[in-house]
Amino acid sequence: MHTKTFVAAAVGLGLITLSACGSSSGSEGSGNSKSVTLVSHDSWAVSKSVLADFEKKSGYKVNVLKDGDAGQAVNKAILTKDNPQGDVFFGVDNTLLSRALDNGLFQSYEAKGSDLILPEYRVDQAKHRVTPIDSGDICVNYDKAYFSKHKLTPPASFDDLVKPEYKNLLVTENAATSSPGLGFLLGSAAKYGDAGWQGYWEKLKANGVKVVDGWEQAYNEEFSGSAGGKKAKADRPLVVSYASSPPAEVIYGDPKPKTAPTGVSYGTCFRQVEYAGLLSNAKNSKGGKALLDFLVTKEFQDDMPLNMFVYPVREGAQVPPEFVKYGPQAKDPETMAPAKIADNRDQWVKSWTSLVLK
Amino acid sequence: MVVPVAFFALFFAWPVAAIVARGLKVDGAWQFGRIADVVAQSDIRHVLWFTTWQALASTALTLLIALPGAYVFARLDFPGKQVLRAVVTVPFVLPTVVVGTAFLALVGRGGLLDELWGVRLDTTVWAILLAHVFFNYAVVVRTVGGLWGQLDPGQEEAARMLGASRWAAWRKVTLPALAPAVAAAALMVFLFTFTSFGVVQILGGPTFATLEVEIYRQTSEIFDLSTAAVLTIVQFVAVGAILAVHARTVRRRETALRLVDASVTARRPRGAREWGLLAGVLATVLVLLVLPLAVLVQRSLDAPGFGYYRALTRDDGGTFLVPPIEAIGNSLQYAVAATAIAVVIGGLAAAALTRRDAGRLVRGFDALLMLPLGVSAVTVGFGFLIALDEPPLDLRSSWILVPLAQALVGVPFVVRTMLPVLRAVDGRLRESAAVLGASPWRVWREVDLPMVRRALLVAAGFAFAVSLGEFGATVFIARPDNPTLPVAVARLLGRPGALNYGQAMALSTILMVVCAVALLVLERLRTDRTGEF
Repeated sequence: MHTKTFVAAAVGLGLITLSACGSSSGSEGSGNSKSVTLVSHDSWAVSKSVLADFEKKSGYKVNVLKDGDAGQAVNKAILTKDNPQGDVFFGVDNTLLSRALDNGLFQSYEAKGSDLILPEYRVDQAKHRVTPIDSGDICVNYDKAYFSKHKLTPPASFDDLVKPEYKNLLVTENAATSSPGLGFLLGSAAKYGDAGWQGYWEKLKANGVKVVDGWEQAYNEEFSGSAGGKKAKADRPLVVSYASSPPAEVIYGDPKPKTAPTGVSYGTCFRQVEYAGLLSNAKNSKGGKALLDFLVTKEFQDDMPLNMFVYPVREGAQVPPEFVKYGPQAKDPETMAPAKIADNRDQWVKSWTSLVLK
Repeated sequence: MVVPVAFFALFFAWPVAAIVARGLKVDGAWQFGRIADVVAQSDIRHVLWFTTWQALASTALTLLIALPGAYVFARLDFPGKQVLRAVVTVPFVLPTVVVGTAFLALVGRGGLLDELWGVRLDTTVWAILLAHVFFNYAVVVRTVGGLWGQLDPGQEEAARMLGASRWAAWRKVTLPALAPAVAAAALMVFLFTFTSFGVVQILGGPTFATLEVEIYRQTSEIFDLSTAAVLTIVQFVAVGAILAVHARTVRRRETALRLVDASVTARRPRGAREWGLLAGVLATVLVLLVLPLAVLVQRSLDAPGFGYYRALTRDDGGTFLVPPIEAIGNSLQYAVAATAIAVVIGGLAAAALTRRDAGRLVRGFDALLMLPLGVSAVTVGFGFLIALDEPPLDLRSSWILVPLAQALVGVPFVVRTMLPVLRAVDGRLRESAAVLGASPWRVWREVDLPMVRRALLVAAGFAFAVSLGEFGATVFIARPDNPTLPVAVARLLGRPGALNYGQAMALSTILMVVCAVALLVLERLRTDRTGEF
């Protein structure tokens, strides 16, 4: 009996060790100084040719670890900061920046070409722990067909959204679980102040705002202007999305429409900026620095908009014509300092949840 | 015994303890005061209350709908019974993303109900409850039906001969014999619905949250590890209590009952009442279980010439680094590895649990093995990240993490399938073989193996199917270039556009067919003594 257990145990252990061995030979060597690892979120994308060009010029092979959605990726990076999973992290935005900095996620490095980054995006100038890489605007989008059919002017501002003619038209995302949802909440807080935003949301709620959990559901299933929404017979002509969403509708349209089916209410925008940085305790900091330099080159900045639907932050970087025509950046978006966001985010989200969802 | 304990300590207890400690330990001191603080918050109370009542309601509804099914599967004989038994089990092993999508297609806007009667149930609690019934129907049918089929109908007939009414005979003879099985099934359903995640996340919208969903939000989105740690402990205690009660009822069930071969108790339906019952059960199965699955298939065929299936083989360069179809190969490989681990670990655990000198401690381990079913995947996933990060166990970027996580979920099923069979092997057989000079290896090969071979295969099959469908932990740790089927489905669903949606439906259909085939093979292997599932 005992011998039997022993034999079986030996077989079991052998199996586990065997599979563990298989893993070490199978994983790509990340300790190798000829390779550099980028940790990012699921939306990371780059043209193959552009990345291959960097690998050729620098001599580093780039491994990419997409580690969940934006919030998850940041949280995981913070948890593993003593023994990070890579060398560079890309994709922490201004709503989460303070969390990353306060937890000591990054070490100082001023990327080559930082001087060409537009001044309004620069932060942390004393220590240079992060480098701005891209920006985007979270804005209300409207379904052009709905408003022309009902001979109604689309809303232009936060104030407009609470007017009776727009009752039951807007769908937004849960501020606790979705980054455009949070952006829209922060935009309203920037607009109406710490004391005023709750009153605004009470009015918005009375005017029939609908809240769903994520952007996918809001945009593809509830918003009547998107390709997905038309298929799903969606009935909300206003949605919280991005200024770059109308260009996406044109670029990915099948067949390609002559003009964008949706438009942007520019008075409702909140500016989002995404940063990258060299991880503290990075194993290949030299390679990491080269990778950070690459992220601000004109080559990468030009390539970015069509891959991730964001705007470049570098002076003179090219924006595709569809962006210029159907979804230019907001001229005067709402903004908020990362430190102020960090101080208030959790409390605001909590009050927002009990005010709007309960 | 040592191997399964080591396995669970290393790949379950340690990571979970590490992440809980990260949340509750500040400067080396435990902050147990946080527990009272968190539980006192009104929104947390709200979550606790919702978690409990929806689990109770789901359990009651599942019993109500599935008990007639258990009777029909146990006592009536009809053509296609084997196939149908496999079909009702398919939902149990399907990933929740797929089920959530199927239900949205059925009860959401533009869904079947909406088109027929203008009824929409999405974002109501009814969608959640119905989806829970869909998932757990098989648990009741298999657990209760399995025993019901083996109860000697002669006893009830004897009671009727002695003058008891049909109802009295059922109540006094059959019900008491059946009660422990019903209780065990109810507790399992309660456990599964109490810890429900994907269904609530997809169908519940932002207003409904179970403990499991709240743990996910606190960990992954709000990054409040201390609240998450408290909630993990609360859920741990609740699940532990459920499992303890379950272990007691299971033990009670093992007390002597007069059991007969199930094949002799089932017979053709007689009379209008039995035909009516059969028709009713079949209609329920059709509407509640087959229809959502059929909607998936129908949507996957929406493009002419199997367009969505053909699109799966193309490399799109963006979302996936490989054509989505390769997810099938990944899934199968991971599932085979996970099955091997689960069978070895679960088999050893079951063998240790059947030894006659097994003490209380060892028997307690029985319940412990079930705990992974009740601990949030996000907790385990984050735990892996911070616990398994030092050589020789830096497994964070290793593919083995996926089968390991899947095996954690598979082991309880292996143990529960093997245990009754191993317990039924007469120890004296082994002793006589040994006395006659057989080596231990030969005793095992010629006495144990022939008796447990089928159970082993069934256990392996179940572990395989569960691994295939596992989503919560896998989505967390799967490498982007090696997605499994459920992960690929989720990723496709997260992208706009009809083509992505269609491909998600096509992949779901493929997953469903693979699971159904695995389960059908199991039906052929099924022995009467095997399986509480």
